[in-house]
Amino acid sequence: MIAEIGHFALILALAVALAQMTVPMWGAHVRDVRLMAIGDSAAVVQFLLLIVSFLALSHAFVTSDFSVLNVASNSHSEKPLIYRISGTWGNHEGSMLLWVLILGLFGAAVAVFGRHLPATLRANVLGVQASIAVAFLLFMLFTSNPFERVDPAPFEGRGLNPILQDPALAFHPPFLYAGYVGFSMAFSFAVAALIEGRIDAAWARWVRPWTLAAWMCLTLGIAMGSWWAYYELGWGGWWFWDPVENASFMPWLAGTALLHSALVMEKREALKVWTILLAILTFSLSLMGTFLVRSGVLTSVHAFAVDPDRGIVILTIMMLFTGGGLALFAWRAGALRQGGIFAPISREGSLVLNNVLLSVACATVLVGTLYPLALEGITGEKISVGPPFFNMTFIPLMLPLLFAMPFGPLLAWKRGDVRAVAQRLGFVAGLAVLFTVIVAVMSGPGPWLAPICVALGLFVLLGAITDLFTRARFGDVSSDEFRRRIVSLPRSAYGTALAHAGIGIMVLGIVGTSAYQTEKIVALKPGEKAEVAGYELLFKGIQPTKGPNYSEQIATFEVARNGAPVTTLLPSKRLYNAPPQPTTEAGIYAAWTGDLYIALGDEQPSGAVAMRLYFHPFVRLIWLGSVIMFIGGMISLSDRRLRVGAPQRARARASAVPAE
Amino acid sequence: MTRKQRRGVLIGSGVAILSVAAVLVMFAFRESIVFFHTPSDVAEKKIGAGKRFRLGGLVADGSVKRGQGTTVQFAVTDTLAKVNVSFTGILPDLFREGQGVVTEGKLGPDGSFVADMVLAKHDENYMPPEVAKALEEKGVKLGAGAQHKGGKDY
Repeated sequence: MIAEIGHFALILALAVALAQMTVPMWGAHVRDVRLMAIGDSAAVVQFLLLIVSFLALSHAFVTSDFSVLNVASNSHSEKPLIYRISGTWGNHEGSMLLWVLILGLFGAAVAVFGRHLPATLRANVLGVQASIAVAFLLFMLFTSNPFERVDPAPFEGRGLNPILQDPALAFHPPFLYAGYVGFSMAFSFAVAALIEGRIDAAWARWVRPWTLAAWMCLTLGIAMGSWWAYYELGWGGWWFWDPVENASFMPWLAGTALLHSALVMEKREALKVWTILLAILTFSLSLMGTFLVRSGVLTSVHAFAVDPDRGIVILTIMMLFTGGGLALFAWRAGALRQGGIFAPISREGSLVLNNVLLSVACATVLVGTLYPLALEGITGEKISVGPPFFNMTFIPLMLPLLFAMPFGPLLAWKRGDVRAVAQRLGFVAGLAVLFTVIVAVMSGPGPWLAPICVALGLFVLLGAITDLFTRARFGDVSSDEFRRRIVSLPRSAYGTALAHAGIGIMVLGIVGTSAYQTEKIVALKPGEKAEVAGYELLFKGIQPTKGPNYSEQIATFEVARNGAPVTTLLPSKRLYNAPPQPTTEAGIYAAWTGDLYIALGDEQPSGAVAMRLYFHPFVRLIWLGSVIMFIGGMISLSDRRLRVGAPQRARARASAVPAE
Repeated sequence: MTRKQRRGVLIGSGVAILSVAAVLVMFAFRESIVFFHTPSDVAEKKIGAGKRFRLGGLVADGSVKRGQGTTVQFAVTDTLAKVNVSFTGILPDLFREGQGVVTEGKLGPDGSFVADMVLAKHDENYMPPEVAKALEEKGVKLGAGAQHKGGKDY
């Protein structure tokens, strides 16, 4: 019964979305306020219906209602509660429902918080947003209905893939989708602006918070996925340049560029056309990400059973929106008025450089990801493009970006003085180089690029602090005054500095683990010892135990350093009951300087156990950096000046006063 | 600076960076592309020793031998031909006889394949598309679980 309610709510949501797609846009065309107002209530109702639908599916998963096909194929009654809940979106149908739910959430947010938007713009935005919902709801109802019944109902479900039964992965898809779908706001606003043929700073003030929120979620979502791959897959890698990873990384790169170009548009009314184009492209890349992951056209280490037929439908949706958006862009972009002028050396100029580098980097990732597909289509030859390609193309583009990053926020708008900025940064640059020389001498031989990257990471990190100090006029004013100034800096300044510092920290982590990691593959018998990166590991043996829905072989290692005991590590191999599938649980000890990491392999006939031992220096900085970026985004969002609708309110009050 | 000059600088820098990227991409493609072959390709094409490629197929039944230390030997087959593979390291959890596998490495002088990477899959029902396609082309019937269509979606 509840499943039918969910199904029915989904159909109703489609009907409402159809109304929302057509009526307000027509209203905007004929300037009828009542017709446009329908968009607001439709968006809220659509969202409520999607919530009902989603709760119905969650209910089926939590209560293990195996008469629902989706639950029967993807869940199991022995699964712990949290994975029964996360199982709702741990499968194709459910994840599409989550996708549409988040889409509805953003639409409702426009309706509720968008009171200050011009009525026609709001109506058009809601219309475009609804058209995306219509496409995906049709896709769901016709090809992947999550509420399909199965009769007779099986006694037990087939279970969720064990490696998905993990806390980090339970929340990875919601964040990732919030990011993907969040960019639909930028897309809808861009298309609405093109339809109206009008765009101004207020438009950018509107788009930026949404883009920022989406970008934050995507950042955290990607970081969670990478963290999960690191500790759950047992090969100790955190990024593989795999198509599925690239699929989420490309919207991130484009979204980061969009965030910065929208800034130029908001402050200086420049780069209008480019910002619109970027908004369309970013969402198109999000759709492509969904397509690549769902269709499985590319070989991926992260691929789960996939369905090419459904992929084709998503491809069609993607073509429709990308093609439609770009066609509209080609037709209408000429009508947009040009904005302010700036010198190449200026804040705007630095943001343009950021945009060029990020979009070109995004393009190289796109080429590397899709080239195997294109080549197979044309010549039939099967190839793979692996990490070496991306390291050779992506890294050279990122180095100048990192170098330019501390300069950007310090340059003035319109016309900057690069020499003055260089003087301000000279001290931290020297500090970064000095520290790097120490690291290079202490760590001994490594790749020649590594110390340079360490210097850049430190430069970015210290540059972010310099930015804050400069804004508070450090050195120009007394220390009391400086203290007063630094706490009263706008939050958006802190947000920028934190996000940039996060990148710097992440770079340090990436270099540390990529250039200086130690890996050892050994076979040990109980009682034998191994040594890695100064840690002595004593293998004590293996004990079997039982978990809630798996049996487990736990190995015990006593870890010591210079003879003093450090910790006990318990890596294990699990065999899940349903589906019967083994997984490897790594044993990880997080020291200040890095992670000691043990992954078990197979037992050998001789009684020895093969195992992989790693030391990953500073690897945690990668995820710490992402979290700092997320926090930076949060702080920036909480800035009053950025708050949705705030500028309009302030202006309205200001004009109201003299009128009285 | 006039609008025209500004545009010139913008477009110029954009084109410059794009062309640098294009050169990098061309160069990287030449250096780092890895071709995919099946065991019969290896038998027919006589791929030279020392050339890096991906070898995909099914793990031959009864072929997995765990030697001393951490080296494992197994054979990859497309049912028409078979190539012996040796791999030093930890095999992925879902590596099993009769299942699809993709390995990357080079042919040794004795004609056996020395892999330094065995691709992990995350899902019992997943078959790497090249393997599925290559096997289909060779007319190998795959089990229901290995087929793409009707597979479960995680």
